[in-house]
Formats: sequence, C-alpha cells, structure tokens
Amino acid sequence: MNTTIQLHVNGKMHTVQVDPATPLLYVLRNQLELNGPKYGCGLQQCGACMVLLNGKAEPSCMLPVAAVTNKKIVTLEGLVQPDNTLHPVQEAFVHEQAAQCGYCMNGMVISAVALLAENPNPDEAAICAGLQRALCRCGTQSRIIKAVKRAGVGKR
Amino acid sequence: MNRRNFLKNTGCLAIGFSLQGPHFDLPSPMRQDLPESIKRHPNINAWLEVLADGRVRIFTGKLELGQGISTAIEQVAAEELDLPMESVEIVLADTARTPDEGYTVGSGSIEQSAMAVRFAAAAARQKLLELAAQQLNTPVNQLTIEDGKISTKAGDHVVTFNQLLNGKQITDKVQAPVTLKPKEEYKLVGKAIPRSDINRMVRGETHFIQDLRFPGMVYASIVRPPAYEAKLLQLDEKALQKNNPGVLKTIVNGSFVGIIAGEEYQALKAQRWVQQHSQWSTGSNLPAGANLIDHLKTLPAKTERITEKGSLPTDNSTLIKAQYFKPYLMHGSIGPSCALAIYEQDRLHVWSHSQGIYPLRDSLAALLKIPAEKIHITGVPGSGCYGHNGADDVAADVALLAMAYPGKHIRLQWTRSDEHGWEPYGSAMIMEVAATLDPSGAINSWQYDLWSDTHGIRPSGEANNLLAAQAYSNPFKGNSGYSGGMNRNSEPYYTIPNQQVNAHFFKGPLRTSALRSLGAYANVFAIESFMDELAEKAGKDPFTFRLMHLQDNRAKAVIRKLQEMIAAGRPATGTGVGIAFSRYKNSSSYCAVAAQVYVASTTGTIQVQKMWAAIDSGEVINIDGLINQTEGGMIQSASWTIMEQVQFDAQHITSRDWVSYPIMRFNQVPDVEVAVLDQPNEKAMGAGEAVQGPAAAAIANGVYKACGQRIRHLPIIKEMAKM
Repeated sequence: MNTTIQLHVNGKMHTVQVDPATPLLYVLRNQLELNGPKYGCGLQQCGACMVLLNGKAEPSCMLPVAAVTNKKIVTLEGLVQPDNTLHPVQEAFVHEQAAQCGYCMNGMVISAVALLAENPNPDEAAICAGLQRALCRCGTQSRIIKAVKRAGVGKR
Repeated sequence: MNRRNFLKNTGCLAIGFSLQGPHFDLPSPMRQDLPESIKRHPNINAWLEVLADGRVRIFTGKLELGQGISTAIEQVAAEELDLPMESVEIVLADTARTPDEGYTVGSGSIEQSAMAVRFAAAAARQKLLELAAQQLNTPVNQLTIEDGKISTKAGDHVVTFNQLLNGKQITDKVQAPVTLKPKEEYKLVGKAIPRSDINRMVRGETHFIQDLRFPGMVYASIVRPPAYEAKLLQLDEKALQKNNPGVLKTIVNGSFVGIIAGEEYQALKAQRWVQQHSQWSTGSNLPAGANLIDHLKTLPAKTERITEKGSLPTDNSTLIKAQYFKPYLMHGSIGPSCALAIYEQDRLHVWSHSQGIYPLRDSLAALLKIPAEKIHITGVPGSGCYGHNGADDVAADVALLAMAYPGKHIRLQWTRSDEHGWEPYGSAMIMEVAATLDPSGAINSWQYDLWSDTHGIRPSGEANNLLAAQAYSNPFKGNSGYSGGMNRNSEPYYTIPNQQVNAHFFKGPLRTSALRSLGAYANVFAIESFMDELAEKAGKDPFTFRLMHLQDNRAKAVIRKLQEMIAAGRPATGTGVGIAFSRYKNSSSYCAVAAQVYVASTTGTIQVQKMWAAIDSGEVINIDGLINQTEGGMIQSASWTIMEQVQFDAQHITSRDWVSYPIMRFNQVPDVEVAVLDQPNEKAMGAGEAVQGPAAAAIANGVYKACGQRIRHLPIIKEMAKM
C-alpha cells in the first residue's frame, strides 16, 4: 500500500506517495527523476546505485525507502554546486576522462567523495579499498584511480 | 606509405605534386576511393546540415557505446570545415534521421562513419566555397573559411554558411575527387579532444537509455523460462493480478510472459511472483559436470579449411603440440539491457541501445508482422555492451508489449539475473596446434585446428534469433548464426612456409553471439602462447623469435616499441613478464602487449601487476580515445583471462549475478600504460578490439615466466587451483 513518505534529498525535503518497501533507488529515479543512481544488479554487488547517506556511500537498490526518512541523501546531481560548478571529484573525473560508457561513474564518484571525506589524501591502496564495491566493465579503473588521486587534497 | 593509402589519404590534393616534376608517379585524382558508407548514402545532407545559428549538425548511423565515437566524428567534421568543436553537434543512429550504416561493430566506426563524415564535410566545404565565390564575386583561392564564415582574403567581404544556403541544405552528391584538407594543416584531428558526454554524465544529466522518461510512462518485466527451450505449462493470470497490485496487464503468448505495471518495483515483484507460481516443462539439458572440452569435441561439426600453404610433415615424431581452451564468457554490461516503446497512431516507436537499429527494425517488422516503415527506432547509448548483449532482445520484448498495450510509453530494463542468464555469450573455443622447427630454430610447419560455436546471431533483419520470437506459441526457429567470426586471427601473422588451418563449427549447449573481438581473443591467446613455447624450444627469447618470423615493418615497430617500454623494469622474485603480439583481423591495428604477473609461491594466487601496450592504428583521430580503449581493453581482457567462466548446471546458467560470475574489482586491476605509434599518412583503423587477444597471451606467458606453469586452459585461476 502506498504511503506518504518524506525524504531529504540533495538539500531539499521531498514528499512522495510510494509503497514503503520500495527500494530507495526506484524512488530516486522514478519519483524524483534523478539519473545519478543507476540500476546495475539490485543485489548490492556492483555499486551503480550508490548514494551518500549522511555522507557515507551506500547502495540504494535494496534499501527500503521507509528506512531512510531520517537520513540526508545526496546523489550525483547533488554534488554539483548551486552555481553549476562541479564538485572537485566530478571535475577530476572530467579532467582524467575517467569513463568509457560511464554507467558506473555514479558509484565511482559517490564512493570517492565518501572516501575523501574520511581520508583526504588516500594512497593507491586506500583508493582501491574505497572503491572496491563498485564494478566497471569497460576497464577504466586506472583512470578512476588517477581521478581520485587528483581530487585528493594533496594534489589539488 | 604505400601507393594505395597514398591515393586514399591525399585524394585530389595529389594534383599539387604534379608541379614537382614530370617523373613523379602521378596518381589520377579520379581514382580516389570513396568510403563505402558514402557510396551507399552519397548526398551531403545525409551526413550534415547547417543549422540556423550557423552550427553544423552531423548524422552518423553508428551508436556511441562508450568508445568515444561521437567526439571522434565531431573532430573530423570540425577539422574539414574549420569549425570550433563547440560548433558541431552529432545525431546518433536513428531510423528517421541518420544513414543506415548497419552495425556498430568490429572496430569499424572510425574506418566507416568517421571517414564518410570526412568526405561529406570536405565536399560541403567545397560547395560552400563555390557558393561564396559566386556571391562575393571572388575566386575560391582568394577566400578563407573560419568559424562558419567565409571571407575574402582582403577581409572586405564576409558571408556565413547559413546566409549562403539561405535555409536550404546541400543536397549535392559527394563525388570523387573530393579535396580533403591536407593533414599537415590539422588542428583537431589526432588531438586528445575531451569527450563532451563525460561532462554531462558526471552531472547526472540525461544520457543513457535508462534515463529516458515520458509522461505517463509505465514499467515492464519479462519472465523468462527456467531453462533453454522450456515451455510454459501453467500460469494463473488472475491470481497474478490479485496478488500483485499495480499490475496493469499481463501479455502471455506461448512461453513469452510480459508484465506491465504502474511502478517499476511492482513490475519486478510481479516477475518474482510468476517465477515462483508458474509451471514449465524441463527444457533442454545442459552438459553439467561433463568435461566441457571433451563434450564440445563430440558435437557434430562443420569443418572449413581456412588456409593451406606448402605441405605438412609426414613424420609426426618431431611435432610440438599443445591444446588451448577458452570457456564461455559473458559481456557483463554493468547496466542490464533496456528499451522503451510506444505504439500510437499506427506507428511503433522504439528506443534502443542495439548496435544495429536498421537491421533491428526489419527484425521487429518480421516479428510483429507490420511493415518496417511503421517502425521508428531511435538509438540511445546504453551501458557498455562489448558486442551483442541483450539489447536487441529487450527491444523485441518491449515492442511486443507496446503492441498489446498501446498509447503508453513502456520502459523495460532486464534484471541482473535476466541479463546474466539470457545474454548470448562469447563461445567456448578449443584450439589445437602442432608445429615443427627447422634446424635454425625457425617454424617450418604449423597445423592449427579450432572448434567453436557461432560468434554472430544478431537479428539481421529476421525475427528468428530474438528470444521473444522463440518463446511465441508459434515460435520462430533460431538459426545457427554466422560461422565466420571464429576464424578471426586464426591464421598466424608470421611467415611460416607450411601451414594448415581448419575451423570446426559446432552448435554448443549455450546461446552465443558476438563478444568483443569474436574468435580473435582465443585464437591469439593460443597462437601467442604457443609462440612462447616454440621460442623456448628454439632457444630464442620471445622478442627475437617473433621478430624473426615477421616481414611487416609496422608489426616489428610495435614489438620494438614494447621492448623499449619494458626495458627498464627488473621483475622481482615471483614475478614474470610475458609478451604477445597480433595484428587485429590480420588487416587492422597492430598491437603488442606485455604483462607483469606475480604468482605467490605458497598459494599459487596470481596478481597481474602491470600491463603495457604499443599500438599502431594508422592515422589517429583522437589519441586519448585510442589510449582509453586500449587501457580498458587490457583490463577487461585480464579479467576474462584470469577469472571468468560462465557456469551452468543441468537446467540452466548458474552464473546469475556478480558473486557467481566475478569480474575484476579494484584490488585486482593492473596498472596500464599505452604507447601509440601515430601514422598520420596511413589509413585510420579501428582499435577497440586490438588488445583483447595479445593481452590474454601476455598474461599466460607472464605466469609461465613467474612460476614455470604453462596455463593453456582459461581461466587461469581455475587451472592454478588444480596445481
């Protein structure tokens, strides 16, 4: 049964009418019309659906929407600054051209933002550990690692 | 530069050389070869239009698959027309707007589409200059062209493209000879122009087919059988509707089961309900538990002699022999296949990430029994596909649903389990090779036999190979597909006096089709592993042994470049560096790869630490795009080679997610380094698949150097675990 649910997404409160068991991913994509989080596996195995929940990167594909009403949710779109400039991690991905098809990019950027918040200047091992949950099939990991290094405080 | 390429590349600019003297071997400008795509679609306005704001819109029949083709084609157009990049936009494959360029496959988009756009843009430039010459009453050689404007050299008159055309488009045919811009004057082509789509994707702007939304859009799911050939025996549609609020319609035709719901989650829940509450026949049995190589070799096979040169030895005592194996591999797109459709006013509109929207349109027409003219397909980028994944099948699924539920946009994205379980895999292949060396250590004879299922069941205008068509109550029968792909790179590129290559084409247990590089991956893995085995027998190092069997200087150059790249490194204990080479399709890009592999002596676990590639793809259009494709290809091939294998039980595929079909994660990926040998005066060749095969063999050769184990059957970790 549909219920009214309030969500804090990208700095704003949103009210949606949904089945409270609906995974957050579908609400973000279909009710709030956000493109950042992507469906990849629905099993929390690939990272395509990552969002920031209170600053931590978490997969949204199995998380019932009713369980996150008290969390601050940020998606890829929410990282773009109000003046339309990119977040340093987004900028670094563009600079390194760290994509081929780009379908995994959401999970990579969100994971990197969460990682850099905890560890502003990670070494390569820390970057790999921080992005371990996110899969890329095009093989752009080497560029993604460069982008995260670049976005790290020490390289900016 | 050979004569043929000279003609192709310089076109009628060669006229200028006539001034150099009467002895110059003057090519006739009339002999300029036009790109095949131009011959099929000769009108300039099929490829470009001048917009009211003076910008230029390019049309390509190819689709962006993440290979960066949009930017590369824009570069070529901007270059010929002397426009800044931002003044060029591109429309990708669309049956109502763009030329039919068949499939976006085989690394052919640069060779075909970008070259067609180059000629069309150059012809347009010529036409615009002629129009300006008339209008400004100034000879063409007194005019300059810049940023959409043509000016007299004196600077006293200027006219824009748009003013010259006055709202019309250039409908003239592209005719040889076309004056192409001299390559020395290039400002954009060859450069690492950043892709504009990355900037949009990183913001979460609409880019992917999965991002399309329409007012009132509804969501669908498909229930596939529990096994190949299994038939639906019982499904209670009323109980389905009762237990699944939000379901708007079910479409059942034979064993095709589609569900339409108001919300995506409802469609997925209903899919699970049907999976649990329907009954199906057993379907076809898969050879679970059998030795796959033995099983595949018992299957009836059609044999084709691919090459025969000289004669094979009659004395078998000196033969050096080996058998190699590649298992079934998955495309493994990160985003499962997706399509949207609406049927309204007697027309079917489909949005698809298929690699061939025109052939798909004909296939849908055959499936739905409606004229192709009533179907409009718009190509939209999807998740990277690396060949024929579920893109065409999901489009057929949603087209069927749209016909049964008109007036609404329907969106269907397969689940992970749908994609893993039903995509057409890259075929398993067996390669057996036997060779002899002469007293100097050179290869004297080479006998090579390969066994493979098809590498091509693309719909190609028929309905037969679409999953939905095969599930119908009156099913279309699948056909055996294209046998040619297995031969790709089956002939060694080396000079060997006596050769025989045979291909044995079987129909195997799993559904298979085109996976990046087709048969080349397994053939090059086998040939290049065996080259190292032979080099050791001959007492030569792998570089010397390859170079002594090559005549082609460009082949030698990539190998020597690779040698330079790895010269500084000193592998640590437990590590080894392997190398491999191939020329893709034996007629396209040259690529040499090295892999540094660490093998833990106690556990046998392996880590590919670093990979290097040297690549020559002729003229480079976008150097960063070429590097990106080559880096990514190495990492993807490393994943295939080390760890991947589609698994199944007697009923069906058991690799249904990323746990049961693991691919490389961050802690396993190697560092990668690519060197490009740019050949501005040679033909531009596709590069997107060149590295797959040599990367595999370089890793296997590296494992051997690291620990002395020769792994001939992939995936490597499975074989290592047996030791």
